[in-house]
Amino acid sequence: MTPLLEARGLSKFFPARDGKGLVRAVNDVSLSLAEGETLGIVGESGCGKSTLARMLMRLIEPSGGKVLFHGEDLLSLSRAAMRQKRRDIQIVFQDPYASLDPRMNIAQIIAEPLDIHGIGSTAERAAKVKDLIALVGLDPASATRYPHEFSGGQRQRIGIARAIALEPRLLVLDEPVSALDVSIQSQILNLLDDLKLRLRLSYVFISHDLSVVQHVSDRVAVMYLGRIVEEGPADAVLGEPKHPYTQALISAIPEIDPTRRKTHVLLPGDPPNPEDVPPGCAFNPRCPIAQEICRRDEPPLRSSGASRARCHFVDEA
Amino acid sequence: MSEHALLRVDGLTVGFSTEQGPVRVVEDVSFELKAGHTLGLVGESGCGKSVTAQTIMRLLPSPPSRIDAGRILFDGKDLAAATQREMQKIRGDRIGMVFQEPMTSLNPTLRIGEQIAEPLMLHRGQRRAEADEQVIGVLKQVGIGNAERRLLQYPHELSGGLRQRVMIAMAIICKPKLLIADEPTTALDVTIQAQIMELLKALQKELGLAVLLITHDLGMVAEMCETIAVMYAGRIVETGRTVDVFANPHHPYTYGLLTSSPRRARKGERLPSIPGLVPPPGARGQGCSFAARCPNVLERCRIDAPPLIALGKDAAACWNPVP
Repeated sequence: MTPLLEARGLSKFFPARDGKGLVRAVNDVSLSLAEGETLGIVGESGCGKSTLARMLMRLIEPSGGKVLFHGEDLLSLSRAAMRQKRRDIQIVFQDPYASLDPRMNIAQIIAEPLDIHGIGSTAERAAKVKDLIALVGLDPASATRYPHEFSGGQRQRIGIARAIALEPRLLVLDEPVSALDVSIQSQILNLLDDLKLRLRLSYVFISHDLSVVQHVSDRVAVMYLGRIVEEGPADAVLGEPKHPYTQALISAIPEIDPTRRKTHVLLPGDPPNPEDVPPGCAFNPRCPIAQEICRRDEPPLRSSGASRARCHFVDEA
Repeated sequence: MSEHALLRVDGLTVGFSTEQGPVRVVEDVSFELKAGHTLGLVGESGCGKSVTAQTIMRLLPSPPSRIDAGRILFDGKDLAAATQREMQKIRGDRIGMVFQEPMTSLNPTLRIGEQIAEPLMLHRGQRRAEADEQVIGVLKQVGIGNAERRLLQYPHELSGGLRQRVMIAMAIICKPKLLIADEPTTALDVTIQAQIMELLKALQKELGLAVLLITHDLGMVAEMCETIAVMYAGRIVETGRTVDVFANPHHPYTYGLLTSSPRRARKGERLPSIPGLVPPPGARGQGCSFAARCPNVLERCRIDAPPLIALGKDAAACWNPVP
């Protein structure tokens, strides 16, 4: 079966600030997402996960590689054809406040994609907006109110309503719950879960929070400095992580259980500057098991069990 | 109440004057922290935890903020009644502080060495040149390698994790008895969060610091704090030993917070969630502020705000607690 979405060798290079080198924000990333699946992408700031998400829907033009949607190469589409295609691929951002026009009321915000794509009569659009407001769990009376009158969680519901207005097949969710408090986070995660089933959606779910990703994802890709360092079924990647970076990420999360205080595998130092990636394996300066070969050769993604990991010692790791 | 408490907050009530009139943000908050112990003050945005911390340090400008009632006894002295002059002597000396965003708390125009030396110059009357040795020592203590070179750098030349270490170095250089850490790891990446948390744990033991940790992260409290106080809408709704509260939360809010975390939920299952929103200050009404969201709500809860009631091994402000 053709996957719903496939990225093949996707890269984004920016000129470095010194004008000489290249920043490899996303470097040769290949991924695939089956219909109905949720693919989680995790990594720390600067790892390239948001750039990758935007390239998947051509909000950022890739420097190289392919994005196939239902087998069709999105990068070969004209601007007009791509605009049409965006009906099928929509995005929800982290900060719903920054992504909602403060001068438009909620009904106008949710109707905007319908207006742009010229869908239905005025009356049909109004009815559709009403349905969407109910579907995402907002009070029907909120239609005439403005974004600043809503809390963070409610604003995220508005962002989601706008994203599903065109009945897309795929939602790219870029840190959709990161700005929310725990009690609100779970409301939004449940809403996303409901919508996925009801509307037969597929998700690309970007987050820095492993526990959230673990909860929602079927498959998980872990990114470090523009590269995927581990990828596979969520249970395998997060349950039996193969890459030392994934292992450290998991170990860094505190347990919500004071009787099970753990010793963290502490990574030394900070993630390196993407403008100055170390030779060999980019993770080697922080890696607890790095050897000579890691400082010299970049490891390929190697299969190990159900997942793939970019490590020379993947079987020993 | 124990006589050995290093910090005892008693009935602290803080209001702000706004265009709409006075608003209560912190209401009748009491807790105590013994020397060398750790207390986690947890809650979601707007619950009043940071206002509580900043009031203890008397960092909030007045007006608009005002201590309406209560005492803040630190080593026997009531900080609520202290003058700003007296507070300046205490802050950075006997009470160290670490904030969420080190970039906004560090002076961008001063070299690291000068900033860390500042408390020594201020509180110990040392001259800049005398302080260097101690500054290098404290940098090593907080895990900053290459200390001699770091002294000459500016905050913008450091990563977020290093800047937070610098903040911690400034906070401990005068060997305080109490460290107040307000969301010390929230702005940092996961692997850096773990580094800073381990550092705080190590320093707490090494220096016998009392730590008041303000955080929204229950995992951090579970790892670092002996006791916990959960805040909701300006009040402490549950408090006790961390192990007891986590094992058997009595307040429906604490229970909801603990169970709604995806870290505890089983995969693919619906997350238990708390419906509705935190009421903003000024719209909390009478009765229990959690009543509108509470699965255990009784008629009484809407009329009568419950005080903290001893329950099992901890205490919860609830008329109909989780058994």
